[in-house]
This record gives sequence, C-alpha cells and structure tokens, in this order.
Amino acid sequence: MQLSQASSPIGRGSYFPWQWHLAGLVLIVALYWLFPGNLLMLTRIATLAILVMSLDLVTGYAGLPTLGHAAMYGVGAYGAALCAKFLTGDPLAGLLVAAAAGGLLALVAGAFLVRYQGLAFLMLTIAVVQIMQNLASKLSFITGGDDGLSGFTVSPIFGRFEFDMFGVTGYWYSMILLLLSFIVLQRIMSSPFGLCCMGIRENRDRMSANGTRIYPQLLKLYVLAGVFAGLAGGITAQVNQIVGLDSLGFELSAEALVMLVLGGSGNLVGGIVGTALFSGIHHFAATANPFHWLFVIGVLLMVVVFLPKGVIQLVARRLGNNVLAVFGRRA
Amino acid sequence: MLQLSNILIDGVVYGMVLFVISVGLSVTMGLMRFINLAHGAFAMAGGYVAAWLIRVEALPFFAGVVLAIVATMALAAVLETFVFRFLYAKSELQQVLFTIGFTFAAIAVASFFAGAYIQQIPLPGWLHGSVTLGERTLPAQRVMVVVLGLAVVLLLWLIIARTRFGIWLRASVDNAPMSSSLGINIRLVQCATFAFGAGLAALGGVLGAELMPLEPYYPLKYLVLMLVVVSVGGMGSVSGTLCAALLLGIVDTASKYLASGFGDFFFYAAMIILLAVRPNGILRRR
Amino acid sequence: MSILRVEHLSKAYGGLKVTDDVSFTLKPGERLAIIGPNGAGKTTLVSQIAGALQSDGGRIFMADDNVTSWPGYRRVGHGLVRTFQISKLAPDIPVLDQLALAIHQRDGSIGNMWRHKNSYGAVLDEALAILRDLGLSRAAQRTPSEMAYGDQRLVEVALALALKPRVLLLDEPMAGVPKSEAQLILDALERLPADLAVVIIEHDMELVFRFAHRILVLANGAVLADGAPAEIRGNEVVRAVYLGKGGQA
Repeated sequence: MQLSQASSPIGRGSYFPWQWHLAGLVLIVALYWLFPGNLLMLTRIATLAILVMSLDLVTGYAGLPTLGHAAMYGVGAYGAALCAKFLTGDPLAGLLVAAAAGGLLALVAGAFLVRYQGLAFLMLTIAVVQIMQNLASKLSFITGGDDGLSGFTVSPIFGRFEFDMFGVTGYWYSMILLLLSFIVLQRIMSSPFGLCCMGIRENRDRMSANGTRIYPQLLKLYVLAGVFAGLAGGITAQVNQIVGLDSLGFELSAEALVMLVLGGSGNLVGGIVGTALFSGIHHFAATANPFHWLFVIGVLLMVVVFLPKGVIQLVARRLGNNVLAVFGRRA
Repeated sequence: MLQLSNILIDGVVYGMVLFVISVGLSVTMGLMRFINLAHGAFAMAGGYVAAWLIRVEALPFFAGVVLAIVATMALAAVLETFVFRFLYAKSELQQVLFTIGFTFAAIAVASFFAGAYIQQIPLPGWLHGSVTLGERTLPAQRVMVVVLGLAVVLLLWLIIARTRFGIWLRASVDNAPMSSSLGINIRLVQCATFAFGAGLAALGGVLGAELMPLEPYYPLKYLVLMLVVVSVGGMGSVSGTLCAALLLGIVDTASKYLASGFGDFFFYAAMIILLAVRPNGILRRR
Repeated sequence: MSILRVEHLSKAYGGLKVTDDVSFTLKPGERLAIIGPNGAGKTTLVSQIAGALQSDGGRIFMADDNVTSWPGYRRVGHGLVRTFQISKLAPDIPVLDQLALAIHQRDGSIGNMWRHKNSYGAVLDEALAILRDLGLSRAAQRTPSEMAYGDQRLVEVALALALKPRVLLLDEPMAGVPKSEAQLILDALERLPADLAVVIIEHDMELVFRFAHRILVLANGAVLADGAPAEIRGNEVVRAVYLGKGGQA
C-alpha cells in the first residue's frame, strides 16, 4: 500500500489540500442539482460512507478486519434518538451524544478486543456486535425492541433548517458532515500517529523493536473509529427519525466491510467510493426478489478478490489523469 | 434433576451436530489456513439434496442421505480444485470476502431452485419412535445423532491416527512445504480433506435439520456458530472442535432452558471467555 | 565505566541450560563479538539482554541502571537496541517513512495526530542523513519489498541507529547476504559511531577478527573464553571446540 504523500517530494509548509476539499464541495452541490429526486438515497450513502471510513481506520490502516463495527454505529444511533427523546431535540447535541456513545463502546470493548489479532479478533468483534444486538432487543423498554425507537423529533439545525420530508435538509446535513469527517480523518491519518498504525499493520514486531507500545496506539485508533461510527449512526437516526435493531447488526457490519473492500481500503477515499458503488449497484440490482441482489453482490465480491488490489482506484486514477491531461496538467 | 439431564442430553445432541458440521471447517482452516465462510453452504447442500432425494424422488432414507453426502463431496472436490485452491495464498480478508460472496451466491441459487421454504427431511418409520436407555426414554432421532456423531469421531480418529493418509494429513498441517518436499502429495491431501470435510458438513446438515432448519439463509445464519466452534476449539484440532462443540452446545441449551430471556448472551459470553483464555484453541497452550 | 554489564545470566528450558552463568561488561565504544557453534545460545543471550526473553537468574545493568526487570520497549527507550537475524521490516512502507517512525518513537512525537508527517523537517532531515551515511540515499522512497536483501539488512541497521542507541546488539547482520553485497554491510559497520558500544553475533570470522575489540566464545550456553582477538585465536580449547583443528583462524 503506497503512501502517496510519501512518494511526493518532501515539501515543508502547510498540508491542507484545500483544492480537493473544494472539489468535494462542488461535487456535493452538483449532485444536489443533478439528482433532486434521489436525495434520500444520497443521504444514506453519505452517512454510510462515514461509517465505512471509520471502519477503514481499523481494517485498512491498522490491518484488523472486523465484522462488528456496526455496534458503535448502532449505539450512536440509539444515543442520538434517546437524546432527542429525553434531553434536547437539538441535532448538534444529539451528534455529540452519538459520537460519545460510539467512542465509549469502542473504549470498553476495544480495551479487551485490541489485545488480539487475526481470526480471534474477528470472532470477538462478532461476539460484541451480537451481544449488543441482544441487549438492544432485551432492553426493549428503552430501545423499542423489534419495533424500533421512534416518536422523537429533532429540532431544526441552528434553529433554522428543519428536517423536511423531502430530505433536503438531511442531504446537506449528512454531506457537509461527510466532508468534515473526511477532512478530519485524513488529517489524523497523515500524521505520525497514522503512520504508526500503518506500521503496526505491516509489521508489529518492527514497531515493538522500535520501542512502540502497540496496545495504547491501537486502542486510541479504535476509539477514534468508534467516535466516527457513532457519529454516522447519530446522523442516520436524526435524518430518519427512527432507529431499528438492524443498525446494530452483523449484517450491517458485513455490508460495511464489503463496501470498504470494493472501493479500496487504507486511504479513506476508497471508503466513500465503495459505499457509493455498492449502493448504486444495490439500487439497480435489487428487484422484488431479494435473492437476485444477493447473487449479484455475491458474484461481485468473488470477482473483486481476484482483481488486483485497489483496482477501482487505479482505474479512477487513470481516468482522472486522462481528464487532467485534456487540461494540460499531469496529476 | 430431570431438567439437568434434559439439558445435558439436548446439549450433547446439539453439540454433536455442531461438531459434525464444523470439524471439516476446522481441519481445512488448520491445513490450508483457509478461512472458508462458505462451509455452511455444504451443510445446506447436503440437507437440500437429501431432502429432494427422499421426498421428491422417494428414495429410502439411508440411500438418500448417503447419496447426498457423496454428491456434496464431489461438488466440494470440484470447487476446491478449480476455485478455492487459488485462495490459499491470499490474505485472511480476501478469503473472508470471497467465501462470503460465494455464500451469498449459494443462498441465491438455493432459493432459485427450491424456493424460500424450509426443506423437510421426512424420517423413516424406525426413527420415529423412542428408545429406552435405563430409566430415560429418548426420541430415536436424537439417539441416532449422538451415535452417528460418535461414529464420526471414531472414524476420524482411525483415519488420522491409524492410516497413512492420516500421517500425510498431520504432516501437512504441521509443515506443508516440508511435507511436500518429502514426497507427500499436498494437493491430494488438501483436496481430499476439503471434500471429506464438506461431506461431514453435509451429514451434519441432515442430522441437524430439526434443530437447524434448512432454508436458503442457512449458511449465513449458522455461520457464526460454526466459526465460534472452530475458533474456540482451535483450528486444525479435531479433539478441540469436539470439546468446543459439546461445551458450547451445552451452554447454549442450558441458557435456552434456564434463561431464555437473555437470548444468545451466554453463548457469546462463554465464547469471549474461552477465546480470551485460550486464543489458540481450547486444548492448546498459548 | 561500563555501559553494559551482564552478571551471571542464566536460563534453562527444563533440564537444558541455554544460558549458563554468563557474565561480561562492555565499555562505551567497545566492540564485542560473540561467537560459538550453532546452538551455543548466542541469540538466546541477546534476546535476554534486549528484554525479549525472560531470564531465570542474573542481572543486567545499563550504565548504572538495573534493567533486569524492564520490558523490552523500556530498554529501547533507554538506548538498548537490537537488530534481528531475519530482517523485520514493514514490506510496503517506504524506507524514509520507516526511519521517521523510529525517530518519532524516540523523540516522543509518534502519538501526534494533528501535524502532517511530512511537516516534521528535523525528523526527515535526520532520516535522510542516516540513509546518506549508510549509502542508502537512493533507497529513501523505495519499499523493502523492492530492495535487494543486502540493502534490507542495511535498512535494519539504519533503523537501529535512528533510535540513537548507546548499546547496539547486532544479530548476524551478514546472515543471508550474498557475497556480492557483503562489503556494503562491512563498510556500514566500520562507520558506526565511535562512542557506540556494539555487541555483534557473527559466523563470518573475517568480519569478527577485523571488527571486534574483544571476543566472547560461547558453547552450550556458557562462556568458553573472553579476550582480545589474538588471545582467542591462540586459545587451544576454542580451536578445538569451534574453529576446528587445523581450521581457519
């Protein structure tokens, strides 16, 4: 996994690639203008993309495949919903609660989980998410159980932007948060800490030989991932104004992993690309018969494994280079 | 007291089913280091084929089951040779993804051919009754499961400890390249083991059809169960898998009897504890 | 004043003594070579000094600190660094970044989450300087998986140096290096900082007699002889046990 920043000449100075962020903003505006009827779907893509980026931290950067990431997403969702129901309808406060909930679960579970690797770690993450789902189902007086948690209203953002049923507010809300999350996460993973996580992925013994203590660094990363996963859950809860048991499930965790791998792990952008791709395919392939969709995604997965690593990004980069060449610039 | 023995018996039955289904996965993972999340598909295949042969084609029970197992083994051998063996060298994540994809496709295929209903395997007359052991009367079907489970254990022990193939298998699990340079045909060992494991899964699918209903989502629904048994028991360890399967089978049954409100909580809690204490398998030192 | 002092170190696996009452001291700048037949317990000894293995008895002092009970990472922080017989490098991370990781760890900035890693000018300069000293400047942006094995062994040494050790434990730096690349490593070893105390395990006798100020001969876990190269060369017992009658020396 090449670190593109390291391949570029070593410059000093500020590392805020604002051109890309601006391009992202332009893209968000463009999508709004181009697909006014699909705002709900785009919103869902945006929130899931945040979840998948947070998964990328653990699986892509640190090299720990997990099938239990939705646990943090779920507690974030329930957290935001409960905040709106019992504390305050202010969405930003709800987001804070959601992020804190995700981070807290990551801290408690991670303190134990992060001591393990490989298959043991994978199994334990599955256990955690199953237990959380069980708990949510059992505590139905809080969570609404099978019926889900609803009956809460979220106040307008900044007192002005109301969550309407056409999803306009939801769209901007989730997209701006996606952009902000991306900026923050990219910044963090480009730091020495991010490099440290990659080092842990590539060769733990090497990091230990340097004197780096692996456990604290991984725990920090896991909590960071939990915070953003919880945030994603909170956004979903606020936009949809209902939270179900499936937001805590193994299935969602598996889907997130699929999305990440589709788009390419280890660089955050892949998470967004993969989510969009997966959702797009789902949109077209899902017919009345859910088994058709299952077949398509199954075949897709099998094919992806045999494609060269990060092929989607390679193709995208080639295309991008071709486009830039038209403007007389090399990427 | 009665309840305790009920729990034990039902737990052992459940554990035996889990063992028969999972042992193939455990050996495959130990031998080829191949995380095969599609293993449940073979159990499902065995059950489906048996159900079709017995119900639709009206074959006698025994013949139907045996044929189903053979068919599944043949299918597994073909798949191993032409598809799965290319995954052995790939990373854990890639194996997980491919086999999950395969599972999804298998589910879709199952529903395409047989619909979304539960596949029933009608039991022959002689399995409908009860058997009296001492003071207890047990359903004959349960007894058969335990008997067959023990037969499988015996068979595996015989093969692994007493035959040349067993030596090849153990050597290959220990050190594949070395075994290969000693003249052991690794590919044959791998393919045969994979196929045999799939055959056992098929048997387990049939035996457990009552406890674990056969429907298209079967491989996904019970995937976690199989993985838990294998990781707690330790990859590649037949005795470990047996231990883990029985232990977890009893724990799960006990929690269903005594604390049904908690759902799977105790099962997963037990798993967490066992994995934490013995991350390399229940019978292995760290 | 010694920088490393090992006192009566011992370790046994069941009845097998792998380290049998080993003692020696090392002064700053001193070069000690540990030689011995296979299975003599050289790597085991080094692993215990580095903290990767727990000793059964004895003590280890660094400068004046008793580090016997210190975990490995703490000893690294104190200046006790080792390299490995089989290179431990991250296969796909550029060499410069790997050096940066070691330097960040040393100066405590590895947990920093906010500054871009390429903005640490001092760190990158130091990394480049180390690479230059070892003749590896051209490899800065390469990954170990793209490099010749000899270069990889050099990177391993570079990483050790990046941790600014006071005592460097080199476990067979020449192991696996083809003859054609051996000179690179030899040159690098010649150019190690003069005040750095070095313990080197090696089988290459040419290297040992050229490089070492002192030689420690280990056999069956115990010290057979400890002295200047000339003494060792003339030592009858050593000859018999290790160098072989009429063998090279």
